Amino acid sequence: MAANSKVTGAVMVVGGGIAGMQSALDLANSGYYVYLVERSSAIGGVMSQLDKTFPTNDCAM
Amino acid sequence: MDIQGEEGDFSVTVKSYPRYVDMDKCIACGVCSSKCPKKVANEYNEGLDKRKAAHVQYAQAVPLKYVLDAENCIYFQKGKCRACEKFCPTGAINFEEQESQQEIKVGSVILSTGFKAFDPTPYYQYCYSSFKNVVTALEFERMLAASGPWLGHLVRPSDDTEPRKVAWIQCVGSRDLNTCDQPYCSAVCCMYAIKEATIAKEHAPNDLDTAIFFMDMRTFGKDFDRYYEHAKEEGVRFLRSRIHTITELEDKRLKIEYATEDGQAVSEEFDIVVLSHGLLIPESTRQLAEKLGVELGESGFAKTSSFAPVATNRPGLYVCGALAGPKDIPLSVMEASASACAAAGKLTAGRGTLVKEKVLPDPINVQGDPPRVGVFVCSCGINIAGVVDVAEVTEYAKSLPYVAYAENNLFSCSQDTQDKIAEVIKEQGLNRVVVAACTPRTHEPLFQETLQSAGLNKYLFDMANIRNQDSWVHSDEPEAATAKAKDLVRMAVAKASLLDPLEEVRLDVQPSAMVIGGGVAGMNAALELARQGFATHLVERDSVLGGNARSLRITATGEDVAPYLEDLVAQVEAEELITVHLGTVIQEVDGFVGNFKTTLASDAGQEVVEHGATLVCTGASELQPTEYAYGQHRMIKTHQELDAALLSGEVDPAAVGTAVFIQCVGSREPERPYCSKVCCTHSVETALHLKEANPDSQVIILYRDMRTFGERELLYREARSKGVLFVRFDVDRKPRVEVDGERITVTAHDHILDRDLVIEADLVGLAAGIVSHRDESLAQMFKVPLDDDGWFLEAHQKLRPVDFATDGVFLAGLAHYPKPLEEAVAQAQAAVARAVTVLSSKEMWLSGTVATIDQSKCVGCGVCWTVCPYQAIDQDENGLAVVNEALCKGCGTCVASCRSGAPNLRGFTNQDVMAQIEAIL
Repeated sequence: MAANSKVTGAVMVVGGGIAGMQSALDLANSGYYVYLVERSSAIGGVMSQLDKTFPTNDCAM
Repeated sequence: MDIQGEEGDFSVTVKSYPRYVDMDKCIACGVCSSKCPKKVANEYNEGLDKRKAAHVQYAQAVPLKYVLDAENCIYFQKGKCRACEKFCPTGAINFEEQESQQEIKVGSVILSTGFKAFDPTPYYQYCYSSFKNVVTALEFERMLAASGPWLGHLVRPSDDTEPRKVAWIQCVGSRDLNTCDQPYCSAVCCMYAIKEATIAKEHAPNDLDTAIFFMDMRTFGKDFDRYYEHAKEEGVRFLRSRIHTITELEDKRLKIEYATEDGQAVSEEFDIVVLSHGLLIPESTRQLAEKLGVELGESGFAKTSSFAPVATNRPGLYVCGALAGPKDIPLSVMEASASACAAAGKLTAGRGTLVKEKVLPDPINVQGDPPRVGVFVCSCGINIAGVVDVAEVTEYAKSLPYVAYAENNLFSCSQDTQDKIAEVIKEQGLNRVVVAACTPRTHEPLFQETLQSAGLNKYLFDMANIRNQDSWVHSDEPEAATAKAKDLVRMAVAKASLLDPLEEVRLDVQPSAMVIGGGVAGMNAALELARQGFATHLVERDSVLGGNARSLRITATGEDVAPYLEDLVAQVEAEELITVHLGTVIQEVDGFVGNFKTTLASDAGQEVVEHGATLVCTGASELQPTEYAYGQHRMIKTHQELDAALLSGEVDPAAVGTAVFIQCVGSREPERPYCSKVCCTHSVETALHLKEANPDSQVIILYRDMRTFGERELLYREARSKGVLFVRFDVDRKPRVEVDGERITVTAHDHILDRDLVIEADLVGLAAGIVSHRDESLAQMFKVPLDDDGWFLEAHQKLRPVDFATDGVFLAGLAHYPKPLEEAVAQAQAAVARAVTVLSSKEMWLSGTVATIDQSKCVGCGVCWTVCPYQAIDQDENGLAVVNEALCKGCGTCVASCRSGAPNLRGFTNQDVMAQIEAIL
C-alpha cells in the first residue's frame, strides 16, 4: 500500500439511518472526517419510527 | 448527485435543499408549527395523523431544527401567509434560502440509503386502502409508540376503541411473484410480527388475543428462536396458512377465513389486521445507483460477493444495511462498521489529516468552594412529564439545601438544551449539576461533556433516574410517582453536594492487535488490520489455517470457497505485518485494553506478546449427530462431510438416484434451542447441485421451517421449480432412518397426505447444527461472557454486535453465532473497525470512578482481591491491598466486601451513599 499524497482523509456516507450513523461514527472515531448526507430533515431513518426492537425489546430511540 | 474520480480521490457533487429555517437561530420552540395553518399527512406517523407545513420530523430529531415543507407551504404555493416568520422569536425563518450545490472531496463513499416499506395496495383482497382497521406493520409501530398518534394507547383506527383480537398476515410483498414483483424474503417480518404481538399484549389492558398467519417462521438469528418460543408461551397464536381475503363486517371488524393443518375451515373475526409488509429498494435509489455506476441485482439490492460483502463493483464505493439486502438491525450495524473498515482501509495515508482535536477549557478549581447545585428536571417529552408533575418537582428542587438553580426542560438531551445548561452553569456559578431524567446509561457521557465545555470537572455530576425508575414503572400512579421523583432528586442533590472532582488515568495504547482463530473471520480481520497499518498476531491452535471453510463447497451466492480460501491463506502468509502462530494456544492473559500481555504456548515453547486489542474469532464446529442412523452407513453424511465428499469426488452427484436431506438435526431442540441459520440454504444448494448433475434424480428435503431468508429465497423457488420435493415435519414426529446392510430407508410423515412416506435413499444429508466450542477458559482469560448456548456474549445484541462489555476485546465469526460465510467476513471487518477506534488513538483515558484503599485501615486479609471480578487489586510488598486503577471498573464489590472499611469508591464514596440514604429516610 503505497503512501498516496492525493488520498483524501475524508469519507462520505450517503443515508443517515442506523447503518449510515454507525459507519459515520466508526470512521470519525478512527480519525477520518465524515460527511453524512441525508435526504430528509433529520437522521434516524426507519428505525426512529419503530416502537421497540427485537429480540431485546429495547426502545428504538 | 454525482461522483467523479476514483478511490482515494473522489469529487462528489451534493445538492442541498433549503430548510428555509436558519439552523443557527432555530431553538426548536415549535411556535412556527403551532401558528402554521397548513395541515399535511404526517409521514413519520405513516399518515395516521397530521403535521403542519412548518414542522420538525419528530420530537427527538437530530438536528432538532424545524423545516418548512415548500410543497405544502401556503406562501410558496400561493404567495400568502408567512405566519411562521411573524411569530418566530429568533427570526430564524428565511424564505429566501436557495438550493445549493457543493463539490466535496472525499476518499471513499459509503451508500447506506436504506429501504422503503412495501405498500400493500396491490393486495386488493386485503383492502388496505379502504378498510380502516387493516394497517401496515409500520403503522402499527406508530400505534404502539408512546410518541405516536394515540400516545401508545392501542386502539382500532376506525373508532378509537380497544381491540380484543389482532391478526398479522406475513409475507405481504415478499415471497410473491403473483400479486407483486417481490420474490425474495424480507428477512425481518417474522421477527417483527412476533415482537409487535408481544408488545401489543403488554400494552393492552385486557387479555389481547394475537394471531400470526405465516408460511415459514423465520426466526434464525441469535436468541430469535427463544423469542419465538417465549411468544408461544405467552399465548401468541401461530397459524400456518396463507390468507386470501379480508372481509369487513358492519362493525368494522375484519373476518379472516383459513384452513387448519388438518383440513378444517375456520372463520375468525379480528379488530385489527396488520399486514407484515416487506422491504424494497425504491425507484429513487435504483436511479441513484445507475447514475453512480453501482450494480444492483434483479431484486434491486446491491450486488456483492460473499467474499466482499460491503464492496460494490466500483472501487471506493461501499454499501451497507438494507441496500445490500433485506436485513435486521444487528446485521445492518455490523455491515456499517464493516464498510467503515473497508472505506478506511484504502485511506490510511489520510487518517487524522482532516480532523481537529476537540479542545475543552481547563476545569475551574472548585475545591473549598461551597456547593452550588444546579438541577435540571427533564420532561422527556411525555415520557416523564406524562406521569410526573415536573413543574412541581422543579419547584421542590429549589427548596433543597445547596441548590442554587433549578429548571425544567422538554428534552434535556437535545443539543440546544446542552448549550443552555452550559450557559446557566457559567451565569449562575454552579459547581455541581444534577439532571433528573433517564438512565445514566443513555446520556451520562453527553451531560458530562456539557459540564466540561462549561469548565467543570465532569465528575461533579449526578443523575436522578425519574424515567426508568419512576415514570415508566409507576405510570398509573402519577401522584406517587411525583412524590418518588422528589425523593430521587433529593437523594441526587445530597450526593452531588459531596462530589469531588476526579482525575483520569492516562495510558499509552499499543498499536497492535491479536486475532485468535485462523479461519475465514480471523484471517480477514488480520488482513484488514494489516491494511490499516497495525501489526497483528494471528493465533491458530490447529496446524493449518482455514478453519471450517476447508470443508465448504460454495457460498449462498454460488461462489466456490476452496479457491477463495487458498488465496486468502496466501495473502495472510505474504503479509509482512501479520505474524502467524500455528499450533499455538493462549495460556495466560494479563493487562487490559490498549495494553494486553498475552502468553502464547506451542511446541516451540512460550512467547509473551504485547498488543492493544484482541479479536476473538475462534469459530465453532459441526455437531456429530446422535440420531438418524448417523455413523451406520457411509452415505449418511453431515453437510460438511457431504461437501468434502463432493469436492473430492468420493460422491459423484450424477450417480445419486435418490437423496434425502433432513433439516434441524440437533438444532431447535431443548438441548440446543437455537437455529443454525445456514442449513436450509445449504441443503437447497446441494439439492440444486444434485439436480443439475442428474435432472432425473429424486431429491427430497424434510424440514420444519424453510429458512431461506433474504435473497436466498430465490434458491428455494428455483429448487421447487426444478422438482425438488419439500416435506414438512413436526418436531414431535421426526423422520426415521433405518439401515439394513447397504440399504437406507427414510420414513417421514407427509402432513398433506396424512400418510407415511417410505423412501429408499442413496444418500442422506443431515443438516447437522453448529455447536459452540464453549471455550470457558478463554472467556475467563479475557474476562468476557458466554451465553447459555456457549456463544460469546456481545455488549449489546443490536447496537454493539461485535464489542464486548470488556473494553478492547472484539468478536467475529461463528464464535458469536452460526452464520454464513459472507456474514463472518462482514463481522470480521466490523470488529476491525471497532478495534481501530481503540488502536488509532495514541493514548486513552480511563474512568476516574475507581476504588482506592486506605492502607491505614487495611489488614491484608485478602477478601477484596479475591472477590474483585477484574483482578484489579494486588497485594503490595507490605501485604496490604493496592488498586490497579487501569483495571478497576468501579463496580464497588471490594467496598462491600471489606470488614475494615478500607476501600472507598471515588464518585460513589461511602459518604456519598450514606448521604443519599439519609436523604431518603
